[in-house]
Amino acid sequence: VTFRCDVQLKESRQAVNSIQRLVEEDDDEDDVEKVSWSGEPVGSISWSVKETAASNQRTDREPAFPKIPTDTPSLSKSQSGYSLSSLFKGKTKGGNFQSFTDTLSDSSIRLYAPELRKPKSEYKDYVSDWSPEETIQRLQQGKTAPLEKFRSLQDKLLLLDFAVSAHDGNVITAVLIYLKRTLSKEVLFRELESRQTALRHFIHYLTETKDQRLLLELLRALGRTEDVALLQYKEHLSIADENKRRDFLKSCLSLPFSAEDSAHVQDHYTLLERQIIIEATDRQAERGGKVEIFQKFPRRASILNMPLITTLYYCCFYHYSEPEGTYSSPLNIRQAFKISEKQYFVTALAARAKLKAWLDVDALFTSRNWLGFTRKKSPLSFQRVVDVLQKNSAPTQVLQDYVGLVEDPDMRISLAQKHKCHDIVINTYRDMKDRQQLLGYRGKVGRGSAEERKIDELLNNQQIRWKN
Amino acid sequence: MANSARRDSPELPDFSLLKRLARDQLIYLLEQLPGKKDLFIEADLMSPLDRIANVSTLKQHEVDKLYKVEYKPVVSTSDQLCFLIRPRIQTVKWICDVANADKAAGKFRRYKIIFTPQKFYACEAVLEEQGMFGDVTTDEWAFYLLPLDDDIISLELPEFFRDNFLAGDQRWMRTAGSALHLLHSLYGPFSKVYGIGRYSKMAYESWREQVEQGEQRARQAEIGNVFLIDRDVDFVTPLCSQVVYEGLVDDIFRIKCGCVEFSPDVTASDKSVKVMLNSQDKVFNEIRNEHFSNVFGFLSQKARNLQTAYDKRRGMDIKQMKTFVSEELKGLKQEHRLLSLHIGASESIMKKKTKQDFQELLKTEHSLLEGFEIRECISYIEEHISRQVSMIESLRLLCLLSITENGELSFVTSNYGVDHLLTFSNLRQLGLLVEQQPGETLTVMESRVGKLVNDKTAGKLTDAFSSLAKKSNFRALSRKLNLVPKSDEEYDLRVPRDMAYIFSGAYVPLSCKLIEQVLERDGWTGLEEVTRLLNGNEFAVTGSNGAKNDAQRIILVMFLGGCTFSEISALRFLGREKGKNFHYFFILWVTVSLKMFEEVSWKSAVFFLREKLYSNPSKYLFSNC
Repeated sequence: VTFRCDVQLKESRQAVNSIQRLVEEDDDEDDVEKVSWSGEPVGSISWSVKETAASNQRTDREPAFPKIPTDTPSLSKSQSGYSLSSLFKGKTKGGNFQSFTDTLSDSSIRLYAPELRKPKSEYKDYVSDWSPEETIQRLQQGKTAPLEKFRSLQDKLLLLDFAVSAHDGNVITAVLIYLKRTLSKEVLFRELESRQTALRHFIHYLTETKDQRLLLELLRALGRTEDVALLQYKEHLSIADENKRRDFLKSCLSLPFSAEDSAHVQDHYTLLERQIIIEATDRQAERGGKVEIFQKFPRRASILNMPLITTLYYCCFYHYSEPEGTYSSPLNIRQAFKISEKQYFVTALAARAKLKAWLDVDALFTSRNWLGFTRKKSPLSFQRVVDVLQKNSAPTQVLQDYVGLVEDPDMRISLAQKHKCHDIVINTYRDMKDRQQLLGYRGKVGRGSAEERKIDELLNNQQIRWKN
Repeated sequence: MANSARRDSPELPDFSLLKRLARDQLIYLLEQLPGKKDLFIEADLMSPLDRIANVSTLKQHEVDKLYKVEYKPVVSTSDQLCFLIRPRIQTVKWICDVANADKAAGKFRRYKIIFTPQKFYACEAVLEEQGMFGDVTTDEWAFYLLPLDDDIISLELPEFFRDNFLAGDQRWMRTAGSALHLLHSLYGPFSKVYGIGRYSKMAYESWREQVEQGEQRARQAEIGNVFLIDRDVDFVTPLCSQVVYEGLVDDIFRIKCGCVEFSPDVTASDKSVKVMLNSQDKVFNEIRNEHFSNVFGFLSQKARNLQTAYDKRRGMDIKQMKTFVSEELKGLKQEHRLLSLHIGASESIMKKKTKQDFQELLKTEHSLLEGFEIRECISYIEEHISRQVSMIESLRLLCLLSITENGELSFVTSNYGVDHLLTFSNLRQLGLLVEQQPGETLTVMESRVGKLVNDKTAGKLTDAFSSLAKKSNFRALSRKLNLVPKSDEEYDLRVPRDMAYIFSGAYVPLSCKLIEQVLERDGWTGLEEVTRLLNGNEFAVTGSNGAKNDAQRIILVMFLGGCTFSEISALRFLGREKGKNFHYFFILWVTVSLKMFEEVSWKSAVFFLREKLYSNPSKYLFSNC
């Protein structure tokens, strides 16, 4: 996709804006849909609900807004010409299909209304001795059917199996509710184990009714210990107090997680423990008003319960140069949670660039080799580094160091041109032995500038074997 | 333009009938509770309800005040309370609490619950347990299908996906069958039904039973063929970034119930505006199916035309001016308003997309689809995660990688919180994250933090989940069906040659390709290898009294679990382009794509980080690198 259509878009915007004035001056008889302050069309249901809510907040003595015409309570019947109730009587009493077609003479409706029809099950409706299969069919159709007569285990299971083969989850759950009421847990669990579809419905039902206790029992009985662990671990979400949550997580550590999950839960606990300490210290520092960084960049939220990388970012922002021994030291966090080099770099770079701490940025990438020479190294592409720096409005001097390190020459040139790093452009063309491009670029630098002189020198240099 | 309609296109049936039926039935149900009553409406039913009735309709049937269900104590003073809700246990429990609280306070009221589209036994069981069965009466409002546009009908049931594919609860299968039955009774009889997927089969069965139990009268068919497809047959397509206009608008602003809310930066004013997006919007209608890169040209042309039309006023005499004002001005103003909105939306999309290196993201997606330069893709994704651009995007890429490469690589969650076990466990359950087969390791990623996916899940995948088996076989399917066009040719997005245009010419959506192939072959013959790779469950059934007219070319496509706007655009394209000139229309369970992640994996994954990540006031905590 080429998203370089800004120009077209701008043109259209201009055109539309230029007309704006004309449109507005004719607006007197505009019949734009009436909308309320909230943007909902007046008279819509969402609008009215909001009005009710708003009016309830006002005093009770005031009449509800908007005023509702109450003088025509049963308007429908007189206005519509036919009684709507008659249309749907068929549903309960059956056989009233005719009135429906009569009233609405639209031919396409004539054949509709499956449920307005008289049910086919004739005499059996009055005899309540249905087989398991018939019972399931009736339940599917939304009719009543007594389940109490299915008392032997065999009958109950037959009922369940018919429900499952009918593929109607609503009915499967209905049967399960009955089985739950009339079978002991042990028997029910045992039978569900070999009936996966029914089992999933039961688990979903217990989840929806929030019957955590029975659900845990079921999973234990099935030997799904890891699910039991996850389900218990999930409860931490409902604990608001951070200290209680930490203690709860600690108690989770002994749950039978898989090895991988167990490591994550351990990390979760360690992280929250650490966040609680950092939060307490920083809140105090912020209130004390003595620490400059908290004054200049007040914290907008607590660090509690933030993800790991957010925590790292936070520490790179507020605690960058702390000795490695402290809980809030970025290096300590990196160590404790075994954060990858790349991840660490990206996060630290983002934080320091945000603060415009260019020296820190520089130090981040500088490494010394064994001869003591310094060079710049980055686990992520320099192109991305430039991107981050530029978005944090780094000055050209800072930018050009990194633009020069972009490996791909074409990319380097386009970045250099974009950020006006003339030297890099010139040097790259020189290295590419591209005389034509260099000539072309001469027109883009200032007349009589140092850059122009440099280009001229190069062009006159007999040593270079130009490729064009 | 991808949009030029053909003249001999068959007419779609008039779906407004569905609205009328739903409204009439609702009125009947309200009349069953005579006298003044307050009506409580479930939040996500409000927009659908707005489409078929308005306040005055309700007032005419003695509804006094309207409230939204908010799970709080009620303030109503009415002695009759009516609740219009989805069959959800939580809501029924709340209603029982309300009734029980009244009882304790010695207050006498009548309560009625209207479940839509149907009631569940589990909900009635709650009433029974809470001692409210009988005190609270119940009813059903069979409001299955809401027409959202000329060719889109929705069930507006976002939980369908989660219930079916994640929890394995088949409670909506009857609903699916009933929805089909309704269409069949009104616009059928269908002559052919094709389908693929376990749930498609179940929906078909449920429909068939309902047809058998009822009586069918002979009538002129308006819908000929039906295609049912499970969402999990093709998870790849909804994982790709959308680049047709309607899809982009959905990805960025979220189209809900055919309606979008444009924020102040789009409307260039101080308030946001709700806009209906459908074929009635003439500007939108012309660009909705277009690749985004074509949209600008179109908009600027439109803007110029509009300017010319306005400029005509100069030099008019009074009489001409009068005619102009009475005949043209209103239309021009309307067009100006729409044009202005869509230009605003395009500007906003551009702004957001350039900020996120959209180009690079697309390149990565295309490479993944092609199976090309996977190492680079992995390192891009890794960086994407490191930079904390957006968690949803990262996970989306991860899932795409996992599905296309047949296995998740040793991945990594530290970035989004160590407590993401539950999200990942859900994604695995859905088959969106797949474990890698031993020995297939593509790369050893530098960053650790532990592989979350392991063999334990394999044991848990039961037979019922076989469609979500470990191998997605995407690569083989892609070769068989030619889903990735050769990249050496230039693809002119202005004159699309196939459905791949919806993904910039890089990929033909699997779901749509299947539909095309099956209709062309009139069945699954010759696609045996493909269906094997898709774990079977395909079917093609012919009815006894099929249509022999234009209706044959009207095809109903039902995505069980939702579909994306891109897929709709692709099928609209197919309908116009093919010699047979089909007209597709769609039943949706709401549109998916990124939403699928949020609403399905996220919400049910009980994760608390999303709020932390997205609604946190401390934006600065998230590096905008």
